[in-house]
Amino acid sequence: MSSATTINPADLGVVESSPEENYITHDKGILSWIFTLDHKRIGLMYLISVLCAFALGGFFALLVRTELFFPGPGILTHDQYNQAMTLHGAVMVFLVIIPGIPAALGNIIMPLQLGAKDVAFPRLNLMSYHLWILGALFFISSLVISAADTGWTFYVPYSTTTPTAVIPAAFGAFILGFSSIFTGLNFIVTVHKLRPPGMTWFRLPLFVWALYSTAVIQVLATPVIGITLLMLIVERAFGLGIFDPALGGDPVLFQHFFWFYSHPAVYIMIVPAFGVVSELIATFSRKEIFGYKFIAMSSVAIALLGFLVWGHHMFTSGQSVLAGTIFSAITFLIAIPTAIKIFNWIATMYKARIHLDTPMLYAIAFLWVFTIGGVTGVFLSTMSVDIHLHDTYFVVAHFHYVMMGGAITAFMGGLHYWWPKFSGKVYPETQGRIGAVLVFVGLNLTFFPQFVMGTRGMPRRYYNYLPEFQGLHQLSTIGAFTLGLGFLLTAIYLYTSWTRGKKAAPNPWGATTLEWTCASPPPYYNFHDTPEINRGPYEGYAQLRFDKDIQGYVPVK
Amino acid sequence: MISSLLSSIALATELPKSPPSNDFWMPLDASTFAGDIDGLYDFLFWVSAVSTILIMAVMFYFIAKYRAHSREANEQADETSHHNTALEITWSVIPLFFCIAIFVWGFRGYVDLRTAPRDALEIHVQGQKWKWLFTYPNGHVDSDLHVPVDRDVRIIIQSVDVLHSLFIPAFRTKMDAVPGRYTDLWFHATKTGDFPIFCAEYCGTSHSDMLTHAIVHETGGYEKWMDEIKAKLDNMDPVALGTLLYEQQGCKTCHSTDGSTLVGPSWKGLFGKARTFADGSNTTADENYIKNSILNPSGQVVQGFAPAMPTYQGKLNDKQLTGIIEYIKTLK
Amino acid sequence: MSDTTTEHGGHGHGEAVYPYTPHHFFGAKQHFESGKLGVWLFLVTEILFFAGLFCAYTIYRAQHPEVFYWAHFYLDTFWGAVNTIVLILSSFTAAWAVRNAQLGQTTLLRINIVITIACACVFMCVKYVEYSHKFHDGLLPARHFAPVHEVWESEHFVHKHPAAAKAAARIVAGIEARTAAGGKTALDTVQPRDGALALVPVSEGHAAEHGADAAATDPEVLAAAKAATESKLADDVWLESEVKKLTPEERRPLEMAGVIRKPADGPIAFARPAKAGIFFSIYFFMTGLHGIHVAVGIGLWIWMLTISMRRKFGDTYFGPIDFTALYWHLVDLIWIYLFPMLYLIH
Repeated sequence: MSSATTINPADLGVVESSPEENYITHDKGILSWIFTLDHKRIGLMYLISVLCAFALGGFFALLVRTELFFPGPGILTHDQYNQAMTLHGAVMVFLVIIPGIPAALGNIIMPLQLGAKDVAFPRLNLMSYHLWILGALFFISSLVISAADTGWTFYVPYSTTTPTAVIPAAFGAFILGFSSIFTGLNFIVTVHKLRPPGMTWFRLPLFVWALYSTAVIQVLATPVIGITLLMLIVERAFGLGIFDPALGGDPVLFQHFFWFYSHPAVYIMIVPAFGVVSELIATFSRKEIFGYKFIAMSSVAIALLGFLVWGHHMFTSGQSVLAGTIFSAITFLIAIPTAIKIFNWIATMYKARIHLDTPMLYAIAFLWVFTIGGVTGVFLSTMSVDIHLHDTYFVVAHFHYVMMGGAITAFMGGLHYWWPKFSGKVYPETQGRIGAVLVFVGLNLTFFPQFVMGTRGMPRRYYNYLPEFQGLHQLSTIGAFTLGLGFLLTAIYLYTSWTRGKKAAPNPWGATTLEWTCASPPPYYNFHDTPEINRGPYEGYAQLRFDKDIQGYVPVK
Repeated sequence: MISSLLSSIALATELPKSPPSNDFWMPLDASTFAGDIDGLYDFLFWVSAVSTILIMAVMFYFIAKYRAHSREANEQADETSHHNTALEITWSVIPLFFCIAIFVWGFRGYVDLRTAPRDALEIHVQGQKWKWLFTYPNGHVDSDLHVPVDRDVRIIIQSVDVLHSLFIPAFRTKMDAVPGRYTDLWFHATKTGDFPIFCAEYCGTSHSDMLTHAIVHETGGYEKWMDEIKAKLDNMDPVALGTLLYEQQGCKTCHSTDGSTLVGPSWKGLFGKARTFADGSNTTADENYIKNSILNPSGQVVQGFAPAMPTYQGKLNDKQLTGIIEYIKTLK
Repeated sequence: MSDTTTEHGGHGHGEAVYPYTPHHFFGAKQHFESGKLGVWLFLVTEILFFAGLFCAYTIYRAQHPEVFYWAHFYLDTFWGAVNTIVLILSSFTAAWAVRNAQLGQTTLLRINIVITIACACVFMCVKYVEYSHKFHDGLLPARHFAPVHEVWESEHFVHKHPAAAKAAARIVAGIEARTAAGGKTALDTVQPRDGALALVPVSEGHAAEHGADAAATDPEVLAAAKAATESKLADDVWLESEVKKLTPEERRPLEMAGVIRKPADGPIAFARPAKAGIFFSIYFFMTGLHGIHVAVGIGLWIWMLTISMRRKFGDTYFGPIDFTALYWHLVDLIWIYLFPMLYLIH
């Protein structure tokens, strides 16, 4: 084991003085990035790519919302609208939210939090990233040829008969599936095998628990969408017959296969967000998370239960009453571990000392928005009510509340939280808060009116709509632009902070997890000496004090 | 774009419109399902709203009360326990009770929605891109749904091409139209009136235009309508018949009468004009050509258009075909 | 892994650091265990990937058992068995190769890898032969399905059910004679005719979709169609009586293969089973996907061969061979399920 003179990086405080050399400056040249094996560089490349894809998906969203400002035709034709809404969905789901937190933030931070030098398979990690790029290129090729207009759900028989470029889009999603599988595989092995001495399962930070649960879903569920998309492509190209009633197939079979993955996929999207929120609330309340074990285990429970509920997307598909009943019942069960988390997070704030920096504002926004999104999920799992609400704007509002308000808000919170760590720079706090408020207001203004539209009968994926819905649509469009403005401002100040910002301290927030014991930005090798863990992840706030000269926390000596 | 804007104004006069409702969330309750579903929705809403507000209130209270003033002050959180199993169980079990109650309530409503009573009046509907065609027991085919009030009605649904979904918000019911099989829904209308019907499963270009009306007649009105329509159609002069069929058979969705191009060519000035087809051949648009186009539309597709029109073979009799042809002749 | 230096590895653990241990691992043991877990997780994803297809197979087999009976006559069990033996042999040499790596027996390792690759290539060649036969016979996935020979003409069926084959040939001759005389042949009926589509003639809707020339428009043609319908009724009566005349030995195999069937709402039919092409869709998809995995396996083994030239395996470093062999065993295992499911059980 370690000798008495070896430093333990797990002790709170910086081990290395800020080296001039860090993971960004370590190696020069574009090839050193394209072929890097450093998880931090891979994560950073993912981050930039995901943010670009987010901008693209957001552009399509604004196109859609602009078109919907008036009930009749506007800036787009029928077909262009259908293509825009398909691409918005496909880009956001496959290129942004599914990879988002795990591949971008997870890759940069998780090995650091764990105390490891890298993920288990760095070359596989690089391949994951290259596959993301390849998948993105296929999506773009579909866009350029004749963008798919099937909706991101690719339902047959429409997707097997429409003349648009469905195969490149489906193949792109297929490749992105492999990117996701390899990331998940990598993370599972990393968490199992690369933990340093003393890092038991229940000393893992909750972000790691979340990424681990997500990785399990990625590995188990994604192959199924892989085969489904492959079947779709073969059906379209060669007339496989599996989904075509004229050839003896069943279109509803596609829905079963598709949702078998796509429901767990939404947990891939949200469980990492839960992990980020746990980190934010602990750090910015300067208090150990309440109910650590329950939060950890609830991530696992959600991951596993998530495999059993796919049919709740299909209550009106013609599936049997029995099947619907089972799916509905299990869906209600998932509400419980989710609620547990929210209660535990708020209980953490009890008698805490709360700092309302930008990441915490996003965490609080998350709690508000995700609660709304979550309870509206209960409406949709209620079978009789869902018959009325299915395929209306109520569903659209629900999933945007949980995806935009949940996953993206948490992503933004994590981005600001770890920004000083991986960029080495400080973002401007006031602008950060303005951005957070704009995003929060925009989010609610865009999507709350959609609940009302939905219950009143406004169906989704509609290019034209009845004039009675116009007012609500207009509110929604104004909200969308507010949201866009918030993101735009955020992008601008983050960029300027990267290029011209003040230098960040190693631990500006006074957090207790291991990534804050490295310099900001960390050296390419993460830890010179292997950490030895002798405490829980959220213990030790009392051993830190704020040093205003470096604007960061240092150990109390 | 301008022409499609104009055509959409032309369509607007026939667009369905929801009657005013006295509920903020839901459309007018026009079927026996509405009471139960609206009641459950309200329960869900109040439970959700109250719990959300409570949870948020607690959160904002904690934020206000335990807000730290500055980092330099190095304020430490109070010593409290970091877990409480009793609390965890409590706040798991209470939501669980609500979940079970809501599930059971929803389940019962769902079984009701899905179990059509015997002796319901049966109407068939066929969904296709992009119209609904209802076939009544006497064989009449119409693009609107006419039903009697206070009577169980069962709609047997099929699709000839892709997935569609028959959605009648006022009745709180919906069911997908799946090619290759029958699905069904039923309802018991409680109010007379004219209610929108939407297609609720994305089906391509004009998915959002696949609208029609659910017309609930007062007692005796439905039978009267059936008789009237039969008589009207039997005695109608061809042009009037053609004008009616233009709307009822859904020709309107794809063919305008004012010269604007929709999915298909406009009928204005069509008769007698020369037509060039995708394969380069051409002909004059006379009676035979029009009849062929209706019965075998993909046989000769006009240049610049997609072969998207479904055939009406077996759906229109000779008299109806003549009516349409005569109507087209009047559109100079 | 690339041969990075290990200056930052191995601190504080005391594990043996083998020359090929990447820097982020504490030592060889952790490296190996990580690889092992990784490859097992990957195999789980592969199983799930194929599971979707096995699921589709199960559903179709349950709903249309006669199709599977009918179709197996078209498959050559001999070649399937050859492939099975070849793959099992290659799994044996793969497992032996792992042992060679553990013991550092480099020459024997390379020989075994080469044999494994050779077996895999034989598999691919046999596949090619089988596929080309199928293409030649018009046995293609659903949309392009157009068999050149009917099942009762296939060697396998004639060999197994000679009486039924003769009876079928006799009935077909009778149908063709009647068709030549102006009736309507029932052999055209590959379209599904279940009651579900009664309201709208499926052939019309789909004909319009796919642009085929279907409907008659001319009064003369309409009259001819009417006459054809009437003569079809006469044909149905004739067919019914012919089938009644068959002995059980003649009739049973044809019923099991779905050739003779009496749907609930229609006259007796003598044709290929409805939705017959589905079998070949599933066959090509499953065996094709499996074949792609074999091809990838060949690539992996070639890679292992090149590694065996550059590195020295031993009891602390044999991971790559072990993991490749695990993948290979899974590929073999999948074939061992596919072979009986497609070729053998009926």
